[in-house]
Amino acid sequence: MSITLLMCGLLFGGALAWFLEGVKAQSARWVSLLTVLVIGGYFAIALNATAYDFSTLQLLVRVAWISSFHIEYALALDYLSIVLILLTLFLALICVLVSWQEINDKVGFYYFNLLTSIAGIIGVFTAVDMFLFFFFWEVMLLPITALIAIWGHENRHFAAIKFFIFTQLSSLLMLVAIISMSFIHYQQVGQLSFFYQDWLTLDLPLSISQYLMLGFFIAFAVKLPSVPVHSWLPDAHTQAPTAGSVLLAGVLLKTGAYGLIRFVLQLFPQASVNFAPVAATLGVVSILYGAKMAFAQQDLKRLVAYSSISHMGFVMLALFSFNAIAYQGAVLTLVAHGLSSAALFALAGMIYSRIHSRDLNHMGGFWLNTPRMGGFALAFSAAAFGLPGLANFVAEFLSLVGAYQRYPILTILAAFGLIGSAIYGMVLFQGVFHGKCQVKQQAVNDLSSRELLVFSSLLALLIFIGFYPNSILGFFQSDSIIIAINNTVGVSK
Amino acid sequence: MNDAMLPLITETVLACLPFYPLISFVLLISFGKHLSWRVAAGLSVGAMVFSALSSLFVIQQLSIDVPVITSHLWTWFTLAEEVNQTTTSINIKFYLDGLSAVMISVVTGIGLLIHIFAAAYMKEDENFSRFMAYMNLFIVAMLILVLADNLVLLYLGWEGVGLCSFLLIGFWYHEKANVMAARKAFIVTRVGDTAMAIGLFMLFKELGQLTIVDITQSAQTLWTTGDDKAYWIALLLLGGAVGKSAQLPLQTWLPDAMAGPTPVSALIHAATMVTAGVYLIARMNSVFLLAPQVMTYVAWLGAATLILAGIAALAQSDIKRVLAYSTMSQIGYMMLSLGAGAFSAGVFHLMTHAFFKALLFLTAGAIILALHHQQNLFKMGGLLKRLPFETALFAVGLVCLIALPGSSGFFSKEAIIAQLWSSNTAGPLLWTCAIFGALLTSIYSCRLFFLAFMGESRFEQSLQPSSSKLVKYSLIALAVLSLVGGMFGNIIETSLAQVFPLVTRSALNEPNWLHSVAIATPFVGIIFSWFYFASYRSKDSAGLNKNIFIESTSGLANFCRQGLGFDCLYHWLLVKPYCSLAKLNRRDIFDQLIMLNAWYVALLHDVLKSSQTGKLRWYAAAIGLATFLLLLVLSVDVISTEAS
Repeated sequence: MSITLLMCGLLFGGALAWFLEGVKAQSARWVSLLTVLVIGGYFAIALNATAYDFSTLQLLVRVAWISSFHIEYALALDYLSIVLILLTLFLALICVLVSWQEINDKVGFYYFNLLTSIAGIIGVFTAVDMFLFFFFWEVMLLPITALIAIWGHENRHFAAIKFFIFTQLSSLLMLVAIISMSFIHYQQVGQLSFFYQDWLTLDLPLSISQYLMLGFFIAFAVKLPSVPVHSWLPDAHTQAPTAGSVLLAGVLLKTGAYGLIRFVLQLFPQASVNFAPVAATLGVVSILYGAKMAFAQQDLKRLVAYSSISHMGFVMLALFSFNAIAYQGAVLTLVAHGLSSAALFALAGMIYSRIHSRDLNHMGGFWLNTPRMGGFALAFSAAAFGLPGLANFVAEFLSLVGAYQRYPILTILAAFGLIGSAIYGMVLFQGVFHGKCQVKQQAVNDLSSRELLVFSSLLALLIFIGFYPNSILGFFQSDSIIIAINNTVGVSK
Repeated sequence: MNDAMLPLITETVLACLPFYPLISFVLLISFGKHLSWRVAAGLSVGAMVFSALSSLFVIQQLSIDVPVITSHLWTWFTLAEEVNQTTTSINIKFYLDGLSAVMISVVTGIGLLIHIFAAAYMKEDENFSRFMAYMNLFIVAMLILVLADNLVLLYLGWEGVGLCSFLLIGFWYHEKANVMAARKAFIVTRVGDTAMAIGLFMLFKELGQLTIVDITQSAQTLWTTGDDKAYWIALLLLGGAVGKSAQLPLQTWLPDAMAGPTPVSALIHAATMVTAGVYLIARMNSVFLLAPQVMTYVAWLGAATLILAGIAALAQSDIKRVLAYSTMSQIGYMMLSLGAGAFSAGVFHLMTHAFFKALLFLTAGAIILALHHQQNLFKMGGLLKRLPFETALFAVGLVCLIALPGSSGFFSKEAIIAQLWSSNTAGPLLWTCAIFGALLTSIYSCRLFFLAFMGESRFEQSLQPSSSKLVKYSLIALAVLSLVGGMFGNIIETSLAQVFPLVTRSALNEPNWLHSVAIATPFVGIIFSWFYFASYRSKDSAGLNKNIFIESTSGLANFCRQGLGFDCLYHWLLVKPYCSLAKLNRRDIFDQLIMLNAWYVALLHDVLKSSQTGKLRWYAAAIGLATFLLLLVLSVDVISTEAS
């Protein structure tokens, strides 16, 4: 199987969409839809055909790129990256569908940006040469910044710049850490190397590794995001077009979590264990603070954005609990939150397209005219507040059960997030659909068939994973990461 | 039928039992708008009939030899326990024993009758199919709750019934009050649920188990009575129970929940969901018995709630709110009973209460409908003559509620009270509370009856009593159950004997007047009310001051009407601070700190920009000043080096 083909296909599809838009109007979205479908199909078939055992990292390609610095083009896959790539491709489909009628300006260029960022994200999930990783990390940012800056809402330039500066500053720290690691490799082995699996064998003194770990940690914490470096997210989400928000919440945040799992925890196990109390506390603060902030918002998209911060707090807490159950919970949270927050942002986009407002004060009583939308909104808010039967519940439950084994007090505090999420979930759902219907909103239409397709596919997945989480967790029972984590904790005990 | 096939068939029937209403729910939600009343009602009630028949069948299969029937559907997820390197499977698996048998018979039986009533009651509502769909979904969740084999699946049902309760309270979502009541019910019970969730985390850490049978086993082997861990876990589970069952201190949501349609109040807020807390404690009796201190808390909470709710019920003017407080108070009895270790008496009262309280609510609903949605007792009066059928049924319900000898309520309540005095975890003081509560019950019941049914009619318009046969039959069935429900006592006793351990009590030091007092108390209340509320039942309107039919606005009456100030307390203690904190920090303090950087850069930018004036004089002066400063610094430097 070739991940390169995957990314090239997306790039090519994007370029084709851009080009064809000039030839025949409205062709761009069909081209993008087809591209994503074909790429997704290819990936699924290739996965089935392959004989690799992905419970450990499987190197797929390794060729020299900039040989004077021993920089290579190296891609690898394991179940973690496979699950995240599948999520990315599925949400890419959702992104194309929700943009169908929303985007009418520079449509071709829009889809080019969308597909390019998806290609970049897939690169991030597969790169095992750290320079290449950094390269993809930047590649995915630029098109998303463009999506916000060009097709965003009223305050888009500010939001785009804020987003860009936050991520650039933090990734600068990561770049410094990457280069330092390479030099350490030079000192110990005698040549530069950016290859991830070379780094795993390095013998790092704790004094150095804790600083290097922080370099990575901060970059990923900003992306996750964690309090106190979260504040780019509400602005970026609010101003981004619907697909941008879906992409940001559904996939981009997951690159932060992926980075934590792949690099912070595995390259610097001992430093991570030492740092864990701080990180876990940050996670709990994010859970509670995000839930409280979400409740305070009047802007529907801001509300969902803060709820994302809250949910990502569970990931942080779970990852730094060094517990197999919590780790499974964290991975499942990534998928569940990817689906549920994507659905909520799509909902916000659909409402915006009807009443041209994101303000909860302008909403209320929508159930009268849009019972179908209301039903789906209820299910997605229920997912957000962790109703059992939907994927998010299993994810949060596993995270908290696992985290409790190590941090009882912190986990009890985190559990208060369940109350907080119920409160903002109520505000979200009831604010839009309950109450008196304002007269001028009589004309709000119910879901179109395209929107119905988006929502029902998202809900079907949430319910399926909610009742049969082993479809995902099954891959992580004997995962090498869990074993590595257990070993680390065993050593530190 | 082949005998070897029977267990397999039983298992399959049990596996399908909760899912008939789910099918109906999906159909109603998907095609609701296009279905006629007949089809929608047929679907939802039909599904209930299937479930009820299945329950009947599986309960028949239970016997002394087969005390438990289980049905494993699939593995939900697995938890790898680190300490012992074992994995625990959390299964979607149903577990039927005597206790869950009682529960499913109540849920499907009463549920079926209420569904029949609701089909007629809500016929005119434009969202009829949505209503029935929610009711069906509720039954699904409730059945999963009582049949769950492990606590996580139980939690699924637990949250599911909470969601349905929320949806049905806010069913008429146009009214702001209903919306807020729904929100309150969900959030307040969620507080309890969170406590319960923490309890589950703790249970798993300590025992490595979440399956109820395994918990029972390992708790008894690992812990001794009075164990600290058992104490905390029982306390946390109790937190969940008080939330769902509207007990102190999380009781405030129940009176407001009466905003929902009346069948909802009957089904969810009287017969089934609110008793889930009782079920949880009864189900987890092994853990509770290891924490006698928590058992005492349970008893005291129950006693406090039953008295508090009884007092609040005395001051209500809304017929449904009287019944709501009465429900709260009766669940207080169940809690008291559990706390005293009288598990089967508590469960028995749960069942009889489901009969007569459903009857009371549904009859109240029929009356309210006949009175054009008038719920104020002070605007009723004299309904005895105008609605004799409903009055008779309501009287039956009240007789059971007051626990007059012979009624179902009598048997169950007496069973509870009889075990309090000499219980290790209760005692004479709690017995006195229970007797006082019984007195309150009979007083507020009489007040309600006199106000609504006796005296002079104060409702001017013509009445519209329902002529639907469905309404009549379902009410009559409930009335019969309420009257004869006491006969199930023995059956329940035997079927629960295998579920609950025998709690030893020494009945030796009980004074022999206990039973006489318990039986006499309701009559004392009735006689007291007969004279105290004489004006309410008086027909002589001329001689009466009309003012007595206006709600009292004295401080004390208001205080009682508001549920003894808990709402106010929580408003100032929790709601207000949270809201103002949220409002205060709406702009996100972290964001503002970070944006200080941006502000600082912008400030520097402005300062530098203002120096860029384009005036030659300005630049020349700047160059001159800078040269002077430079020279000054240099000369100071030179001087200081020379000096050294």
